[in-house]
Amino acid sequence: MNRLSAETVTLAYDQRVIAEKLSVEIPDNSFTVIVGPNACGKSTLLRALSRMLRPSEGRVLLDGQVIQSMPAKKVARTLGLLPQSAVAPDGITVGDLVGRGRYPHQGLLRQWSAEDERVVRESMARTGVAELAERYVDELSGGQRQRVWIAMALAQQTPLLLLDEPTTYLDIQHQIDVLDLCAELHEEQGRTLVAVLHDLNHAARYATHLIALREGRVVAEGAPSDIVTAELVEEVFGLRCQVIEDPETGTPLVVPAARAARARTKADATTAP
Amino acid sequence: MRTVRKTTPDTSAPAAAAGTARPLGRALRAPGGLSLRLDARALAVVAALLLAALTASVLLIGTGDFPISAGDVLRTLVGGGDRGQEFIVRELRLPRVLVGLLVGASLGLAGALFQSVTRNPLGSPDVLGLSAGATAGALVMIVLFSGSAAAVTGGALVGGLATGLAIYLLAWKQGVHGYRLVLVGIGVSAVVTAVNGYLITKADFVDAARAVVWMTGSLNGRDWTQVWPLLALFAVLLPLVLSQARGLRMLEMGDDVSYALGVRVERVRLVLMVSAVLLTAAATAACGPVTFVALTAPQLARRLTRSPGPNLVPSLCMGATLLVTADWAAQRLFGADQLPVGVVTGVLGGLYLLWLLVTERRAGRI
Repeated sequence: MNRLSAETVTLAYDQRVIAEKLSVEIPDNSFTVIVGPNACGKSTLLRALSRMLRPSEGRVLLDGQVIQSMPAKKVARTLGLLPQSAVAPDGITVGDLVGRGRYPHQGLLRQWSAEDERVVRESMARTGVAELAERYVDELSGGQRQRVWIAMALAQQTPLLLLDEPTTYLDIQHQIDVLDLCAELHEEQGRTLVAVLHDLNHAARYATHLIALREGRVVAEGAPSDIVTAELVEEVFGLRCQVIEDPETGTPLVVPAARAARARTKADATTAP
Repeated sequence: MRTVRKTTPDTSAPAAAAGTARPLGRALRAPGGLSLRLDARALAVVAALLLAALTASVLLIGTGDFPISAGDVLRTLVGGGDRGQEFIVRELRLPRVLVGLLVGASLGLAGALFQSVTRNPLGSPDVLGLSAGATAGALVMIVLFSGSAAAVTGGALVGGLATGLAIYLLAWKQGVHGYRLVLVGIGVSAVVTAVNGYLITKADFVDAARAVVWMTGSLNGRDWTQVWPLLALFAVLLPLVLSQARGLRMLEMGDDVSYALGVRVERVRLVLMVSAVLLTAAATAACGPVTFVALTAPQLARRLTRSPGPNLVPSLCMGATLLVTADWAAQRLFGADQLPVGVVTGVLGGLYLLWLLVTERRAGRI
C-alpha cells in the first residue's frame, strides 16, 4: 500500500469537470512525473493530491486516511507542495522566507526553536542558497528564486514533496539545475517526489515513474523506458515523432517528426477513404 | 512564566558551518520547548511609538482653553493635582485622549489586517468604503430620526457591518483577489457616498450641521461613555487577532502555499476580516470617519520596522500615535476645538497616498 493515492476521484472546478473516476497511485520513494498536453488535468491532479482541491467524488488517501479528514498541520508535516502561484512578500529576505516553511512544526509557544534554525540552515545549504540568506528575494534571478522556494518546501521536512511545474520560466541551464536538485533529494534522502513537468524529455530522463494523462484519463504509467514510445506520444500529445535512446543517459528521447513529414501524414489522413 | 532568558546567537546550531554566523531568527528560548520569536527592531519601534503616543497624550491633555503644564498633567493623572485640574483632566480631557488612542489603534490594526489579507496597500477600510458605510448608518440616524448620540453610534456600527457584508458578498466569496476587492470597494464607496450626500440635502439646518461635524471625524466632547465600549471590544479582539497573526504571515505567500503549510486559510481570513470590520465600525462610531489613518499607519510602521509580514502591533501603535498627534497639532495650530482631527489626518494622509502612488508607479507596480 502506497502512502499517497487517489481513488476514483472526479475533479471539477464549479461545473467544469476536469477528470472523472481517475485513480492514481504514487509509488513510495519514487520520483514520479506527471506529463500530458495542456489542460489534460495534470496540475488539477496535483492539487487534489495535495488537498488544495476537494474531489467531488472519490477520495485521496494519505497513509490510509482520507486527506481532508486529517488535521491541516499534520498533513503539512507529511506532504509538502510547491505551487506555481507562490508569492514572495515584498521586502522579505531569503532566510525569512525559507524559515516560513517551518510553520507546521511551530505553535503559539514554540515559534522558533533551535531545531527550526538548524533545519532552515540545512535546507538552504542543500539547495545552495545559504550565502543568499540575508538577500532580498526580489533581487534574485529566477533560478535562484526557485531554489529558495524549494528550500522553503524542504524546511517543511516532509517525506512527500509535490512540485507544480518547478522548471517553468527558467532557462535551460536552470531547468537542469532544478531537476538535478530534485533527483538528489530523491536519491540521497529517499523522499517521494511528484512533479508536473512540461518537457517530456526531461520527464523521461529524471522520472523513475511516469504518469501520462490525456483528457483527465491515465493513458500509461510506469518506468519511462517501458512506456515512452512513438505510439504513446502520438496518442497523448497528438504528435508524430521518433523515440530514440538518449545518448547521455540511455533513457527515451522524443524527437518530433520534421514538419514536411507531419504535413504529409496529415494530407494522407484527409484523403484516405 | 518560568522562562530562562537566553538570547541567540544560538551556538548549538551549526550556523558557522553554513557560512553565516548570524542567526536567521532571534528567539527567547526556555527548556521544555518554549520559544518566542523576537524581532529587536520591531520591539524598538513599538517602544518608541508608545513613548511618542504617551508624550502626545500628555501634551494633548495639557492643551486647551485652560492650559496645564506637562508636569501638572502627570501629577494629576497619578492623583496629585488640585480640584480644578482634577476635573478638567479626568472628566474632560482624559476620555477624549483615550478615545483618540483607541480609535487610532483600532484603525491602525484594521488597516494592517486589510492590507495584509488583500496583499495591497490600497485595500484599507477607507478605500473599501467601510468608513463611508458607517457614516451612512450614522447619517440615517441623524437626518431621518434626529437620533440621540447612542443611536448615532449604533447606526454607524450597523452601517459599517452591513457594508462589510456587502463587500464580502460581492467580492470575497470566491477568495480574495486584491484588485477586484479594491475595485468593488471603490464602487461600494461611491454608492454609499452618494447616499450620504442625498441624506444631507434632505436634512434640516440643525441636523445638517450636526451631520457635517460628525462626518469630518472629531474628538470633541468625547467622554467615558465612548471609552468603555471601545476598550471592551479592543480587549476581546486584540488577543483573538494576535492568535491568528502567524497564519496571516503565511497568507502573504498566497493561498496555495498557506494551505500547503497547514494554515486553515478560510478560517484565519474570516476571523481576521470580521475583526477588522468590527474595529473599523467601532472606531467610526466613536468619533466619525477619521480618514487615512488605516491606510497610512501600516505603511509607515512597515517602513520603520523594515520587516515584511503584517506588522500588526507596530501598526496599532502607529495608528494611536498618529491620531493623538494629529489632534494635538489641530488644536495647537488652529485653536481649541476649531479643527476636527479628521481634517488633519485627511490632509496628511492624502499627501501620503499621492506619494505612495508615485513611488509605486516608479517601482512599476501600478
